[in-house]
Amino acid sequence: MTEQVFHDSEADLSHRATWWTGRIAIYGALTLWTIICLFPIYWTITTSFKAAPDVMQGNMVPWVDFDPKWLGWRSLGLSPETILTESTVRAEFMKRFLNSVITALSSSTLAVVLGSLAAYGLSRFSYRFGFMRNSDISFFFLSQLILPPVVLALPFLVLYKSLALLDTRIGLILLYTLTVLPIVIWIMRDQFAGIPTELEEAALVDGLSIWGAFATIVLPIALPGMVAAFILSLVLTWNEYFFAALLTSTHANTLPVMVASQTGSQGISWWSMAALSFAAILPLIVIGVILERYIIKGMAAGAVK
Amino acid sequence: MTAQGDLLHIVTNDNIPPRRKLFGRVLIWGAAGVLGLVALAQTLHQTGQIDLGFANWRPTLYAYVLWAVALCWGQVLIRGEQGKRVLFVLPAVLFVVSLVVFPLIFGLVIAFSDWNLSSPTGRKFNGLDNIRQMWRDPFYWNALTNMVWYALAILVEYAIAFGLALMLNSQIRARKFFRVAFLMPLMLSPVAVSWMIGKSMMEVRFGPLARLARELGWSDPSFFGTPEMARLMIMAMDAWTYIPFMMIMILAGLQAIPKEVQEAARVDGANGWRGFWEVTFPLMLPVSITAILIRIIFKLKLADIIINVTSGGPGGATDSVTSFIFREYRDRSNVGYGTLLAMVYLVIIIIVMTVLMKLSERWTRPQV
Repeated sequence: MTEQVFHDSEADLSHRATWWTGRIAIYGALTLWTIICLFPIYWTITTSFKAAPDVMQGNMVPWVDFDPKWLGWRSLGLSPETILTESTVRAEFMKRFLNSVITALSSSTLAVVLGSLAAYGLSRFSYRFGFMRNSDISFFFLSQLILPPVVLALPFLVLYKSLALLDTRIGLILLYTLTVLPIVIWIMRDQFAGIPTELEEAALVDGLSIWGAFATIVLPIALPGMVAAFILSLVLTWNEYFFAALLTSTHANTLPVMVASQTGSQGISWWSMAALSFAAILPLIVIGVILERYIIKGMAAGAVK
Repeated sequence: MTAQGDLLHIVTNDNIPPRRKLFGRVLIWGAAGVLGLVALAQTLHQTGQIDLGFANWRPTLYAYVLWAVALCWGQVLIRGEQGKRVLFVLPAVLFVVSLVVFPLIFGLVIAFSDWNLSSPTGRKFNGLDNIRQMWRDPFYWNALTNMVWYALAILVEYAIAFGLALMLNSQIRARKFFRVAFLMPLMLSPVAVSWMIGKSMMEVRFGPLARLARELGWSDPSFFGTPEMARLMIMAMDAWTYIPFMMIMILAGLQAIPKEVQEAARVDGANGWRGFWEVTFPLMLPVSITAILIRIIFKLKLADIIINVTSGGPGGATDSVTSFIFREYRDRSNVGYGTLLAMVYLVIIIIVMTVLMKLSERWTRPQV
């Protein structure tokens, strides 16, 4: 017979009990917040497959509560039976989608190029533009963050009108680049400060020019930071609504403007609205899931010095 | 980062031949001359003294771009290696200056004029009339007060974000899944959010949130009926989108705290609640302040959700300054007055942010 020799003491047992309650509380809170975060997305997806009675009865679970139908997607011309046929709605949607893609991609690229160059220069050399030294120039760039878009909106409206840039993608791209540039410079400054200057010195000794050293030595090392800055810019520019609503009307509308214009009309059906909203957020959901660590890296860059 | 002086020392023999220097100068001044001539011709055309058949101001824009390129190139020609360094920063500086400083000056001119885009009379300088009108405009002051409320809501967001970050930083499984899930709201466009939550989930009859509220005993859930409730809902939606942002900054800060510090605190008998308040929280103060300041900056731009869900209602109770000016333009095309309101807002923001930054600098300075 073996008899248990060591017993958990009373104190240890209570400790384990508190440990378990702690675990349950933590996972409970985590699950609750996950539901808060994801339920609206789930609701939008399922609503896009509902018909009128399903919406009114508040059915939640597909195949259990209701039969999914392609109603919402058909109204966008994106359901299986309409995808191969001509559809003016789809053409309209694709036009907006393409506008969003082009403006977001090009303004993010432009901002990352301009911002990285400036951040690199500021982290390596000392400049003097008039009375402005390096720290002043940095402050000048970062202070753009404080500038609320509404201050620039109306002057730009008038300026763009006289420059015939109203309702063009180029006009939007320029403005979007301006809005994300300070964020890019902030992230990239941290990145370049973390790269030792000895690397470039060695490259310069080996006969590279300063731009050559930048392109061949520094850029590859700073690439993850640039990706982070790019993704963050992409998120901000893709979602931008204010400038797009003011400065575009028919040709250069982006997706958020299209979504907003549909919300305004009361007659619009929930399922097609849900389909449209979901189509508008889907690209960023995909990016968020796949490139999550770059987004976190980008946002964390400014927090910890 | 604020260090002055070259971190990268380069020794070059810059023997730039005088002809190259001359060429550079000619290039820059030539382009500037072209810009000046085109601008002059366009101004004359605009004022109707000569007719050159310009449809718009595009030619001046092209001349400006040409001058900018010439300036960048000329730097390298004239100053050699030094010019190549300037070339890193110059494009960004030119870009920002031309897109911010110029419109701001232009905006100042508009702000002091009576200009309604839909009226045929055009722009008229009207001195301080706009300021007088603003002084008497209860809706603008109301929007400013709302902004204070919205900004105060950040404290609640901060508390929630801190809690979430602490949970993500503790020993849990499936950390990556939770991190991605918590990040999701930040990726969604505010316009889509205002439909998904504001218009459909909070819909009084069929929305799931209204149903939930009825289950919980609120017989007549109307989320945008009373001013307080509507403001609270806007705050909640905005918080929902931006809590991940603060959470991630705080999480990064938590992960940067050395493990030894917390272990040492535990050995000294500070665990749980006390450990948090006496060790973790003070260590997190600088990161917290950075996160809150950045969040305030983002909050000051709050407009998309308000425009799309309540358009300021009921009775201007949810208006932010941005959405108010947006409607001022949309409904009345009142460019002059709208610009003045925006300029005043900018001045207020600059003052408040400067004070906040000075205060936070004092708080985070290591106490000796």
